[in-house]
Amino acid sequence: MITLEHYLFLGAIIFTLGVLGIFLNKKNLIIILMSIELILLSVNINFIAFSAYINDISGQIFAMLTLTVAAAEAAIGLAILVVFFRNLGSIEVNKINQLKG
Amino acid sequence: MIIYSLTFYLFSSVAVLSALMVISAKNPVHSVLFLILSFVNASGLFVLLGAEFLAMILVVVYVGAVAVLFLFVVMMLDINFVKLREGFLQYLPFGALLGIVLVIELGILFLTDRSSNIYNNQTPLQPIVNEVENTKMIGQILYTEYFYLFQICGIILLVAMIGSITLTLRDKGGVKRQNIVSQNTVDASTAIEKKKVKIGEGI
Repeated sequence: MITLEHYLFLGAIIFTLGVLGIFLNKKNLIIILMSIELILLSVNINFIAFSAYINDISGQIFAMLTLTVAAAEAAIGLAILVVFFRNLGSIEVNKINQLKG
Repeated sequence: MIIYSLTFYLFSSVAVLSALMVISAKNPVHSVLFLILSFVNASGLFVLLGAEFLAMILVVVYVGAVAVLFLFVVMMLDINFVKLREGFLQYLPFGALLGIVLVIELGILFLTDRSSNIYNNQTPLQPIVNEVENTKMIGQILYTEYFYLFQICGIILLVAMIGSITLTLRDKGGVKRQNIVSQNTVDASTAIEKKKVKIGEGI
């Protein structure tokens, strides 16, 4: 029988893979953005699993909000990436130091 | 119930494996395609959980828009991806250690005794079959209780759209543009010039 823990564990594994992707591909900005998408996907899985097991529809609403934010984040992130590539000719993360932060 | 379990394990294992391939593929185009596979399998899981509307939205928004956007950007930029992979193996032990610790911690959280928790009903999960279907249910609650959140969503998307347009817009020199104001304010005295042309000479 598939219980709530199965879904939560699946979400945990995908979340960890997303975090791991940020660590391993420290230079490639595109892969980092994709890892963030994976993390948000795991959040969505958790939201919907809870929504189904508690039998409350609100979780699905919040999953939709997460989806919106993820789409906006991807659009702006990729726009920044394109501008960055246009200015420097590279997307290495450790070269992004123009703000001297 | 057996079929439900098998479907869950099929979808979830493919989702996890393709998520693994997203972060480990050599070619970023392959990464994007595996990301699509992962999202499609996640939407299959959503159907299992009885959230059909979100499953379809996930396919439309992620596979149809976000992943295609990623593909565009990956293919449009001329990047030396081999160089970007330097340091992958260098960070692998540390990253693997961190990942294992994270998974174990999260697993312990789920496996602890939760007899006093709110989500205690372990009813075998069925797709919620009511008189109202999933889409209608979401619509009924989204436009009433969560109306402000819905509008804030719209504002977020608007800001994202304007932001990405202004970020990537650039003025190239030497482009001829239509100037509507000057076109509309033209009158006959400035637009037409009379000249006396002598016969056989030209201007």
